[in-house]
Amino acid sequence: MATTAAPAGGARSGAAPEWGGFEENIQGGGSAVIDMENMDDTSGSSFEDMGELHQRLREEEVDADAAAAEEEDGEFLGMKGFKGQLSRQVADQMWQAGKRQASRAFSLYANIDILRPYFDVEPAQVRSRLLESMIPIKMVNFPQKIAGELYGPLMLVFTLVAILLHGMKTSDTIIREGTLMGTAIGTCFGYWLGVSSFIYFLAYLCNAQITMLQMLALLGYGLFGHCIVLFVTYNIHLHALFYLFWLLVGGLSTLRMVAVLVSRTVGPTQRLLLCGTLAALHMLFLLYLHFAYHKVVEGILDTLEGPNIPPMQRVPRDVPAALPAARLSATMLNATAKAVAVTLQSH
Amino acid sequence: MAEAAESSGDPGTTSPRPLFAGLSDISISQDIPVEGEITIPMRSHIREFDSSTLNESVQNTIMRDLKAVGKKFMHVLYPRKSNTLLRDWDLWGPLILCVTLALMLQRSSIDSEKDGGPQFAEVFVIVWFGAVTITLNSKLLGGNISFFQSLCVLGYCILPLTVAMLVCRLVLLAEPGPINFVVRFFVVIVMFAWSIVASTAFLADSQPPNRKALAIYPVFLFYFVISWMILTFTPQ
Repeated sequence: MATTAAPAGGARSGAAPEWGGFEENIQGGGSAVIDMENMDDTSGSSFEDMGELHQRLREEEVDADAAAAEEEDGEFLGMKGFKGQLSRQVADQMWQAGKRQASRAFSLYANIDILRPYFDVEPAQVRSRLLESMIPIKMVNFPQKIAGELYGPLMLVFTLVAILLHGMKTSDTIIREGTLMGTAIGTCFGYWLGVSSFIYFLAYLCNAQITMLQMLALLGYGLFGHCIVLFVTYNIHLHALFYLFWLLVGGLSTLRMVAVLVSRTVGPTQRLLLCGTLAALHMLFLLYLHFAYHKVVEGILDTLEGPNIPPMQRVPRDVPAALPAARLSATMLNATAKAVAVTLQSH
Repeated sequence: MAEAAESSGDPGTTSPRPLFAGLSDISISQDIPVEGEITIPMRSHIREFDSSTLNESVQNTIMRDLKAVGKKFMHVLYPRKSNTLLRDWDLWGPLILCVTLALMLQRSSIDSEKDGGPQFAEVFVIVWFGAVTITLNSKLLGGNISFFQSLCVLGYCILPLTVAMLVCRLVLLAEPGPINFVVRFFVVIVMFAWSIVASTAFLADSQPPNRKALAIYPVFLFYFVISWMILTFTPQ
């Protein structure tokens, strides 16, 4: 496809003085425009394009002929014909101008090439950045480099959405899947975009050297810790385990983000304000996802289904701590399966 | 003409020069007529837009499209590296599959009317917007696949999960219990893996070779979400 498009483009640009109307067509040549008009694939040859060129040429000739005929008519008919012809020409020109503007605006906004440099990553880079997001750096004296890419953060947000959905596995929560799905997506994307913007605004106030893209990337990679904690604790329902993971893993990723911000900010007050806010928001979000998110879900269910549903048991199960590891996991699964069966049978 | 042929022939045999490098040496005198034939290789499956497809009966049109859709279903069920889904893409198959899946995931709304609405719309929105997101991602990563081709492939590869939904619905007619759940879990896992293998077979070639994993991961998440909706479905 690319090879056949290139010679066609070359032919067109070679003949540009004659076919001046096609300059807007080759303006965005080589960019990945989502081109809904030209189904650009199965044709595979430039014959459709040549056909289109001929079509437009013919149309222009027809227009020119019609205009010439109307001019003659106008001269023949005098003033009345002239006015009619003038109004028609004006309408025509306005239509052409509007069409040109609309197609230019469409190709501008549908041009996804603006985002292309932010997705220029290799799998090894993504893997190393994921691991680095859990390692706090010690050197805060000169600004640390933040990779400005959007692939990793976007995938981590989607993974968090998937993990949140996976966490609603008892039968009560699947009745209103629609609302839950929307809530999950809204929560995760809202956190990523909203908190990034807020911290960027604070950074602007505190004179920190960070751009919006870098803030988005930093916070996005900070969600890796959240994903790990939630994935583990949605499967093993132990409060003590959750607090441990919250402190350890959540704390590590928060420390990393805080260290990067500290290295880019000058002045103790500013550092305290910025990093305190970020740390508080990040840790509290994890707490919210584990506890209050499910209360929100239960609240939705309670208001919709009425009070005749037994409340979900979210207390730590009585698991004897002296069990060896293998039987511990089996007991955990048994307890979870029993809870699922009980709630299934209650319907 | 013979001199021209000779001089154009020589550079090719003597040393590796760029193609057509010797053409500048050729001079064609005025009185030699330049003539010949240019044959354009016609692609065999261009549909001719003449009146014959307009005048045929509706049944013919529908049967032809249905056969094309059925052929692509077969390609999905037995995934080999082939170009059929990419070359002749169409969106009928994904539409049929998406509507079937959304209808089956609809809960019966006898007891509470509020349950009847969102599931169909939710499945629809998730499938189409998920496919659009994955397509944008693979284009941004440098893939040379077109927008609609990618939508076509992702839509067609929902077929195994639709089959899993059918099986789950049949299994749910039996009495509920842990064995029920295990059977459904197993079926959904197998079909999920099949979907991913099928879509990888079609999509992987269009990505730069070192970035295949980056493009396949969102496909994995997409089918995971759909599988999750299928697995956690209970009729009441």
